[in-house]
Amino acid sequence: MRIEVDRIACRGDGLCAGLLPEAVALDDWGFPIVGPLPPGSEKAARRAVAACPALALRLEASR
Amino acid sequence: MTTAMLTARLLGGPPLGPRPAGVDVEAAVAAAGLVGRGGGGFPTARKLAAVRGRRRAPVLVANAAEGEPLSAKDATLLARAPHLVLEGIVLAAGAVGAREAYLCLPAGSAPVPAVRNALRRHDLAGVTVALTAAPDRYVASEESALVQLLSGGPALPTSRPPRPAERGVRGAPTLVLNAETLANVALAVHCGPERYRAVGDPAEPGTLLVTVAGAVPAPGVVELPTGTPAGAALTAAGAEVGAGEVGAVLTGGYGGAWLPGAVVREAPLTHAGLRAVGGVLGPGILAVLPQHACGLAETAAIARYLAGQSAGQCGPCVFGLPDIAGALEAAVAGGPHAAAALAAARRWTATLPGRGACRHPDGAARLVGSALRVFAADLSAHVSGRPCGGFYGPRHLGVPR
Repeated sequence: MRIEVDRIACRGDGLCAGLLPEAVALDDWGFPIVGPLPPGSEKAARRAVAACPALALRLEASR
Repeated sequence: MTTAMLTARLLGGPPLGPRPAGVDVEAAVAAAGLVGRGGGGFPTARKLAAVRGRRRAPVLVANAAEGEPLSAKDATLLARAPHLVLEGIVLAAGAVGAREAYLCLPAGSAPVPAVRNALRRHDLAGVTVALTAAPDRYVASEESALVQLLSGGPALPTSRPPRPAERGVRGAPTLVLNAETLANVALAVHCGPERYRAVGDPAEPGTLLVTVAGAVPAPGVVELPTGTPAGAALTAAGAEVGAGEVGAVLTGGYGGAWLPGAVVREAPLTHAGLRAVGGVLGPGILAVLPQHACGLAETAAIARYLAGQSAGQCGPCVFGLPDIAGALEAAVAGGPHAAAALAAARRWTATLPGRGACRHPDGAARLVGSALRVFAADLSAHVSGRPCGGFYGPRHLGVPR
């Protein structure tokens, strides 16, 4: 699985980086830089997707 | 603008003759090996296949909006050979079952009378072709921006999914093809794939319209076989490539990449050929700086322009582009914070790509990143407070206000 960000919807609230630091970092303006999901982090990823106040995250099957 | 013709196929070629009957357009385009001319270089047959056989009839969008200010090729094509674009529209629409097509032109564009005349004369085979003006904005010619404009919204890019091929203009599957691509569809069908691909590079066949801009005696649009060394386009625009007049060349437009003139001269005019040397073909743009011009100051002006052209929708673009422009300006000006500004510019250009709904931030980051590489020697002089001589001279790539 991988995390996808709807960049227009994203407001830079930053919850994703707090809930899923193993896959999400924030840039200098507070917007997410998403890396690969490490094995075993799917549950945390689902939590981050659900927590996004802007509903800007989704989980997708890896390409 | 002058128009040099070295291989007249798109510009001033012979008339097409009657439309061949019973041709499988998608198969002909696939066999011709046609890749899109809008900048991405995507195989055109795969774009046709993506909208064919869907539940709703697709809509065809012919993109001649040309939001890149350095590009003049679609305007030139429509002024000189509008019938090729219209024939491509009819053939592509027929191939995917579209009855409705839009030809998107820049607002207030000159070729409109030529296009209107051609529209009256052309056999449109029942396809409705509406002319639409795209606003004068860099991102307005991006395909999802045109789709939103034609659906009654603003000409701003949208998030994907859905892709336009799935849900585009007013919800219909939408095929967006560049005007030059459509002219090539007409040639591939009328000449047949074998004759079509007898010209140009085997992997990206045909001819290519190249806009040569900047410090050349005769800027304008030239048609060349793909794979021709880019130096031939510069020579056609009057540049004495061997004489050391040409300094750096911006390849691919404002969202492209700088290369040293000596590298550009030998690079084949294909996506793969320019990519292999760190350049970009994009929509076929070569913008020339003379020797001793300041490529860093030129880049800073373009970066500032691109920041102003952001659609203002995605955080990394809204905040990143002005900050990158500011950091480059500070590094180029020298002074106590120049080294820190340069470090920030490097970090930001590395982290920006792939983080917008469209590719606008990617292009701006690529432009600035290439300037930091290609003008590295000048850059260290600027940062240490000794700007290059060209910094005090004129600018050569006129950036729109």
